[in-house]
Amino acid sequence: MEVDITPRHIYSDTELDRTEGEAIEALKRSTQQPIPDPDRWLDEELRRNILLTSLDTILNWARRSSLWPVICFPACCAFELIAANASRFDLSRFGMEILRASPRQADLMITAGTLTWKMAPQVKRIYEQMAEPKWVIAMGACGISGGIFRSSYNVVPGYNRIIPVDVYVPGCPPRPEALIHGIRMLHHKISKRSITEG
Amino acid sequence: MTLALSGQEVVAKLEQQFPGSVIESSENNLLVKSESIFDVAEYLKSSPELDFDYLNYIAAVDYYNYFELVYQFTSMKHNHSLVLKTRCYDRENPAVPSVVRLWQGADFQEREIYDLMGISFEGHPNLKRILLWQGFEGHPLRKDYL
Repeated sequence: MEVDITPRHIYSDTELDRTEGEAIEALKRSTQQPIPDPDRWLDEELRRNILLTSLDTILNWARRSSLWPVICFPACCAFELIAANASRFDLSRFGMEILRASPRQADLMITAGTLTWKMAPQVKRIYEQMAEPKWVIAMGACGISGGIFRSSYNVVPGYNRIIPVDVYVPGCPPRPEALIHGIRMLHHKISKRSITEG
Repeated sequence: MTLALSGQEVVAKLEQQFPGSVIESSENNLLVKSESIFDVAEYLKSSPELDFDYLNYIAAVDYYNYFELVYQFTSMKHNHSLVLKTRCYDRENPAVPSVVRLWQGADFQEREIYDLMGISFEGHPNLKRILLWQGFEGHPLRKDYL
């Protein structure tokens, strides 16, 4: 039986080099200019994203979408507020997960608790230190009217004796759902503001 | 467990030291005259076998005819305690000697009693209202308030 002893190469090295060189030269020749960016969508997207609205609407939208509450929780309603802030009820859905320790950085006061006359000047001062525009939610029976302590010698019968209140949330204490409902009501109230008013 | 001394165990020593100061003694407590409360308290604190170095509390009770002050002392060393009472019959200007010089912890408690019950503590270094504000009228924990 005869044996073929010639070396078997499918392609010779020289042949491979030549093929590679030709491919590179062809690619180089065909790509003398940059390919244009696919920008036909730009026009369409711009048209879809430009919105004409009033200054009032955009300001109110911005204001109500990130209300930052100041820390002012003198009594037990604070626990429902903390529950509303925590993961189960998740106030961060409304852009208000940050409780500011400084009233200068806050625009909402949630008055969670009984207020005594001894404490009242401090709460009034905190309210006055908040920057405009600012809002107040009176949370719970004590915040609204003094609650069961109304006739006491040392309890303020409602926060509206010392600061203006925008929304009243009844309950003793109100559940987090009730507080969230009050916050939604405040959102509606804010969305009706106008910069042309006083 | 802290052993609660009965008034009868202490009364003999007190009678020996301050004759006539103890009005009555019972199983639970000891009632002394208000003017001798400081001397009695000082003796209870300094006497080595009693050694009441800790004041648990001072409380005040309004019984209409008189105010009653209730003191509880504890000895850390002997692990025993005693309840001492005194009465104040003057409703207009009730006053008892202060024990702040013996126990610093009496400071705020005597101020609170002064604030809410209107009982003055003679010898207190800074007797003024603590929970209510200066200028508040009356003493709200008195039974005849409002």
